[in-house]
Amino acid sequence: MKVIVNIQLKEGVLDPQGKAVHHALSALSFNEVGDVRIGKQIILQVNETDEDKVKARVSEMCEELLANTVIENYEIEIA
Amino acid sequence: MKVSVVVFPGTNCEMDTKYAYEKLNAQVELVFHKDDTLPADTDLVVLPGGFSYGDYLRSAAIAKFSPIMKDVIRFANDGGKVLGICNGFQMLLEMGLLEGAMKRNSNVHFISKHQHLRVINNDNKFLQKLNIGDVLNIPIAHGEGNYFIDEKGLVELYANNQVLLKYSDENGIDQNPNGSIDCIACICNKKRNVFGLMPHPERAIETLLGSADGVKMLEGLMEG
Repeated sequence: MKVIVNIQLKEGVLDPQGKAVHHALSALSFNEVGDVRIGKQIILQVNETDEDKVKARVSEMCEELLANTVIENYEIEIA
Repeated sequence: MKVSVVVFPGTNCEMDTKYAYEKLNAQVELVFHKDDTLPADTDLVVLPGGFSYGDYLRSAAIAKFSPIMKDVIRFANDGGKVLGICNGFQMLLEMGLLEGAMKRNSNVHFISKHQHLRVINNDNKFLQKLNIGDVLNIPIAHGEGNYFIDEKGLVELYANNQVLLKYSDENGIDQNPNGSIDCIACICNKKRNVFGLMPHPERAIETLLGSADGVKMLEGLMEG
């Protein structure tokens, strides 16, 4: 089963990369962009078919390693 | 005085740290991250700077699972002195031995330069040889040194005198190189035996190389 994990900085945590990219977009005259947030996507191939079980296990992976929950949120999506 | 310096794949400051502590007449042992236990007579553990595991995923995210880290955590919980410099500071945050997290520098660039720091608290072993308000000149070299902690955590750090150094200009006025909350450069835990900072005191021990202000910091951990 393919699982997609999206990791984002939490709301209220300033995103330096997003800010820099926003600045660059403005310099290129893409003035309609109000805000940019950059996260990361981790794609896992999991050898398990039970969706609930997979979600629970991937959630553990996020808590222990994939995300730093002090500053990041994560979302798990079964592809 | 026995100092154990832990070496991970990608660590690059272990020899500087060894040199610095040997210059101060400490006995220094390099400890490989795959070892299970620290040398029995260790008085101080240093997690040195570098790019452990290539900074993959996040700085220090993978180093915390190295075999030696279980014993580093035990050592710290037993009251042993632990110093994390740069990547080592990031490890202490990832392991939860210190509170908060690191983000990319606010200017999104790797910063490598001499930076002034102001002493905020000295009622701890690390800064006991310095006075509150002293201004030091210490090199910084990092891409992810933008320290973050939530409001509640920040209030607690101040309440417990855990904020030890702030980035400043040469006159001791706050100056923020990387976006760190409140210009914080160095903190310790509540028990005052675990210390983390982004600047490199081990690179500031020879006047010939620009500054020897790091000596008093490193020496502080050799006493009591």
